[in-house]
Amino acid sequence: MNKELKASAPTDSEIVLGILNNSEIVLKKLYTTYFPMILQLIINNNGDEDDAKDVYQEAIIVLYNKIKSGKFELSSKLKTYIYSVCRRLWLKRLSHMNRYGGDIRDFEEYLPVDEEVDDHNERDVQFGKMESALQLLGEPCKTIMEDFYIHNRSMQDICERFGYTNADNAKTQKYKCLQRLKKLFFQQK
Amino acid sequence: MSDHQLTELIERYFDGSMTADERTQFELLRKNDATVESRVTEHMQFIGLLKQYGERLELEKRLNAIHDEIDVHALKEEVTIHPTWVVRMWRNHHSKISVAASIAIFAILGTLFFTGKLNNHESNFEQLSQEVGRLKYKTDKLEGQANTFINNLPVKPKARPSNPGNFRGTGFALSSNGYIVTNYHVIKDADSVYVQNAAGESFHSKVIYTEPVNDIAVLQINDDAFTGLGAIPYYFKRSSTDLGENVITFGYPDGKVVFGQGALTSATGYQGDTTEYQVSIPVNPGNSGGPLLDEKGNVIGIINAKQTQIAGAAFAVKSAYLLKAIQNIPSDSLSKSLTLSTKNTLAGLSRKQQLKKLKDYVFMVKVYNQ
Repeated sequence: MNKELKASAPTDSEIVLGILNNSEIVLKKLYTTYFPMILQLIINNNGDEDDAKDVYQEAIIVLYNKIKSGKFELSSKLKTYIYSVCRRLWLKRLSHMNRYGGDIRDFEEYLPVDEEVDDHNERDVQFGKMESALQLLGEPCKTIMEDFYIHNRSMQDICERFGYTNADNAKTQKYKCLQRLKKLFFQQK
Repeated sequence: MSDHQLTELIERYFDGSMTADERTQFELLRKNDATVESRVTEHMQFIGLLKQYGERLELEKRLNAIHDEIDVHALKEEVTIHPTWVVRMWRNHHSKISVAASIAIFAILGTLFFTGKLNNHESNFEQLSQEVGRLKYKTDKLEGQANTFINNLPVKPKARPSNPGNFRGTGFALSSNGYIVTNYHVIKDADSVYVQNAAGESFHSKVIYTEPVNDIAVLQINDDAFTGLGAIPYYFKRSSTDLGENVITFGYPDGKVVFGQGALTSATGYQGDTTEYQVSIPVNPGNSGGPLLDEKGNVIGIINAKQTQIAGAAFAVKSAYLLKAIQNIPSDSLSKSLTLSTKNTLAGLSRKQQLKKLKDYVFMVKVYNQ
């Protein structure tokens, strides 16, 4: 099975370039190429397919962000990198769930990737805070924030969408919303 | 400058909607005012996080879309390390298997316990020994039969050529004119038969009637020297005799007259033979053909065999069959009339006197054959 995968697997540099260029096809290829490997790892170490999905997606996100940030150097194979990150993530989860028996059945060689995983987890905590802050913010502020800052919509669009009579009113509303969001965000521990 | 205005400025600065003049002015403000600078940094970080959060959501959505296209189930089958079916079976069902096994063990033990298989080895041995005993008994019996048979076999003269007269058994008088009854097996295959009385006188006799089924033979003394006997002192009893009756016999087991005393122990003979009695009396092969008398001196049977395996057990043909046999004698075989005595002169006599009288009517039967 592994041989087949290698045959259709894109080269590592193709993937890095593809991700930098936001290629959907390359992302898909990356995802489908290494998922079986991680599924094997998780399933044979006390996990199920949902655990595999979570862990694998996290690892892809770590890799994606690392490539996007330009910090990724092709010092090792992507495969090994992904495997190492997944392994590390899964070990953390297992010990968190008290299911870790002190032994993991390995299928690949792996690198020490503690730093990346820790950075990723830290960022995840921030995102978690942001998510709950947005939830607490409520409508229409949540949509205004998302539309303006995340989806980069113009104030004109937002005015029309929410029926503000002039752009100044909308701006004031947006400002108030942002202030509240910050407050909610920083209030969380 | 209000916070609101500052925020707007910062945003305008970063989205590039400021004029060149405004930009320089703002950059100057950032340089000179540390608070403004920190506000800028903070705002940018927060907005950056918000944007990244959005990107993350977007990326997750994309990944989920990709993931949905993968046939995870088929893949799972492929990558799972399949242990052998035994191991799988054990992993999936070990609790059930354990429970089943325990139940099975308990059931077996329980069954064994309640059926007594666990603790009745001894009785098994007993049964075995009984079985062995039974077998032994059977072989002994066979041996006994064989012994009896051998003992009763006509001794061939070849084996003992020097002995002119082969002593064979005992007989007793039926009537005073010389009719004598003995066992068929005594005179079987005989060429000539002699009877010898207690005084040692031998008389030639001939067999006039045999009934092999009841082991009865009737002889007649046809010797010139024979002058007749006195009146027969005993009576032939027709009815059967009760158990426990004291009985006596008289015979020549060893070439000399021997008296035997015992009791009637069974109304049937060897292996339930109804034509015979079983008596507890010391007899030997030579007693065959001797009379069996009750206490009063009535003849109740003819001693005919001894079962060697049961101590003291002998058999006697019932007198009723003797009487029947006498009736069956063809009349042309009788040269003289055979009339049985009708009275018993032994009754009331002491045992010694009974025997003294009886002695003259009991004969040794000698058989010659060649």
